[in-house]
Amino acid sequence: MMFFDQILQGIFLGAYYALIACGLSFLFGVMRIINLAHGSIAVLSAFLVLSLAEHFGISPFFALLLAVPVMAAAGFVLQRTILERSLRSGPLTPLLSTFGLAVVLDNSMFQSFGANTRSLAPNIGDLSFAGWSGPGGIEVGQLAVLTLVVAVALLSGLQALLTYTPLGRAIRACAEDPETAELVGIDARHVYAAATAIALVTVAIAGTFLAMRSTFDPYTGPTQLIFAFEAIVIGGTGSLWGTLIGGIVLGVAQNLGSQVSPQGFLIGGHLAFLLVLAARFAFAGRDWRGWFGVRSRAVA
Amino acid sequence: MKGAKDCEGAPAVRRWSPLSIAAIGSLVALLALLAFGPAYLGSYLTDRLTTLFIYVIMASMWNALAGYGGLVSVGQQAFFGLGAYLAIRLSYAGVNVYLALVLAPLIVGLFSLPLSSFALRLRGGEFAIGMWVLAELAHLLVNLDGLVQGETGISLIAISAFAPDARRSYNYWLALGMMTLLVVLGFFLLRSRTGAAIQAIRDNEDAAASVGVRVFATKRLIFVLAAAGCAAAGSLMLSTLVSFQPKTYFSVQWTAYMLFMTLVGGLGTFEGPIVGAVLFFLVETMFADTGVWYLIGLGATALIFSLFVPRGIWGTISDRFGIQLMPVGYRLRFRVPSNAGATP
Repeated sequence: MMFFDQILQGIFLGAYYALIACGLSFLFGVMRIINLAHGSIAVLSAFLVLSLAEHFGISPFFALLLAVPVMAAAGFVLQRTILERSLRSGPLTPLLSTFGLAVVLDNSMFQSFGANTRSLAPNIGDLSFAGWSGPGGIEVGQLAVLTLVVAVALLSGLQALLTYTPLGRAIRACAEDPETAELVGIDARHVYAAATAIALVTVAIAGTFLAMRSTFDPYTGPTQLIFAFEAIVIGGTGSLWGTLIGGIVLGVAQNLGSQVSPQGFLIGGHLAFLLVLAARFAFAGRDWRGWFGVRSRAVA
Repeated sequence: MKGAKDCEGAPAVRRWSPLSIAAIGSLVALLALLAFGPAYLGSYLTDRLTTLFIYVIMASMWNALAGYGGLVSVGQQAFFGLGAYLAIRLSYAGVNVYLALVLAPLIVGLFSLPLSSFALRLRGGEFAIGMWVLAELAHLLVNLDGLVQGETGISLIAISAFAPDARRSYNYWLALGMMTLLVVLGFFLLRSRTGAAIQAIRDNEDAAASVGVRVFATKRLIFVLAAAGCAAAGSLMLSTLVSFQPKTYFSVQWTAYMLFMTLVGGLGTFEGPIVGAVLFFLVETMFADTGVWYLIGLGATALIFSLFVPRGIWGTISDRFGIQLMPVGYRLRFRVPSNAGATP
């Protein structure tokens, strides 16, 4: 039963990872950019929601509504100022520039908000600890269920947006081939800015859930980036629903690892990630001998 | 390239220029002068220069990986930390402390060989963060070692058997020696046939493979060199700081420093990271006590350079004036009319 409980809690944890990962996955799918500032932006939006909630004395959910347009605008600016220029200068530049941005954001947040760990848990009343009891002493937290519901809704929303709306079609066209998309009258620059804005809205939602379900500080971002990235890779790059599965696998692996040792939570997650990668390489029809350094392949 | 030399009226291919001969000459003279550093530099300057040598190693290694190999890694702190950890481990196992500091990077280099089979299958951003995951994992696993006592850490006690002044000189010579070795190694590697292969892979992997470049083996060579080099930097840093706390050594901050030095100096140029390391060293000396603002400044500078000065300070100068101090590339000289151009 203990084992079952750990898996169940892992699934709920995985829902949070899907939330934080979907923006990263979305941007990668559209622009082939891995935004290394992704986690830091999530923490930034957590601070934004926290500040709004405390300043106006409002519920974090209401504060999130206020933060959404701000983060969408930030996404637009991010695309126009940094990503667009990075994309033009070759495949490595987005990594370099977004890593620089992450360093700036993390330390700026430290400068503005200090080193203290913060949380939105006190601002959501009962929700942070209330739950339902099931048979065999299993507890299911209301916030955990809410996270799962929001994650599924957000992924469905993104999927619907991509499938049914004109903007979604334009985004898919640009993801496929921006030059050809421009030939048929799509403004790729505009589409990319819209996609980045959408990605940052999902990051705002993820940041709020991060702040509600746990504590965070200005240097929490990189860890969130790593978790998001692991969820994406485990689930299969470029698939939105795969991200949910990947998040769940990661969450379950971490929870099971935490049963082994105190450090096992993180080690379990990283090992799951590496195992999935190893399996991917093994089944991709690649040359196994390269693994043992027997022979290197002429063509990678 | 070589055949072109024989044709009448074809441009001549040269590697050395009077300027590069003069540059190499002055560099050798400078190194000879530095070798006697502890004799005439005070204790403060000896310590500071030791740190500068470590920075040159870090920047050159990161540049070899990213600037020449096209592999941006956010996880080089894995090797930095492992280098320091292994030095501690060996020293506590009874190995002479300075031997341990030299052996540690070699072992990390060996260890990175099987690791490369895994890591090099990742592309672009996947490689960047994949390396970061490996660094996190290395950090966690080192924490499990009872000797290290988790985040409390441990000190390289054996080194205090040496008197402070002697230790300072030894650290200085070790750092100077390793820096010279690694930079010279990088120089000959890039000048060789492999150097051309490395850059061909960076520019277009598939095209390089199609003309017979052994892509995987070449990338692996660079990966192992960078791993051993970063481990050397870590073990040298341990010799100066003495204490080992996993959190400090496995911090992503080291990669941020490497990125800053390489980007500002000139990504993909041989001289660039050295220029970048000297600049970083000066910036650190002046602004490190401003704490967080200093880190914000480093990040912002790296961001601005990546967007607006992608070739960095040295790359821009080199492109503008056709200067190459370290002759790792080829220079074409057209006989009539006489004008020179450089192909890096």
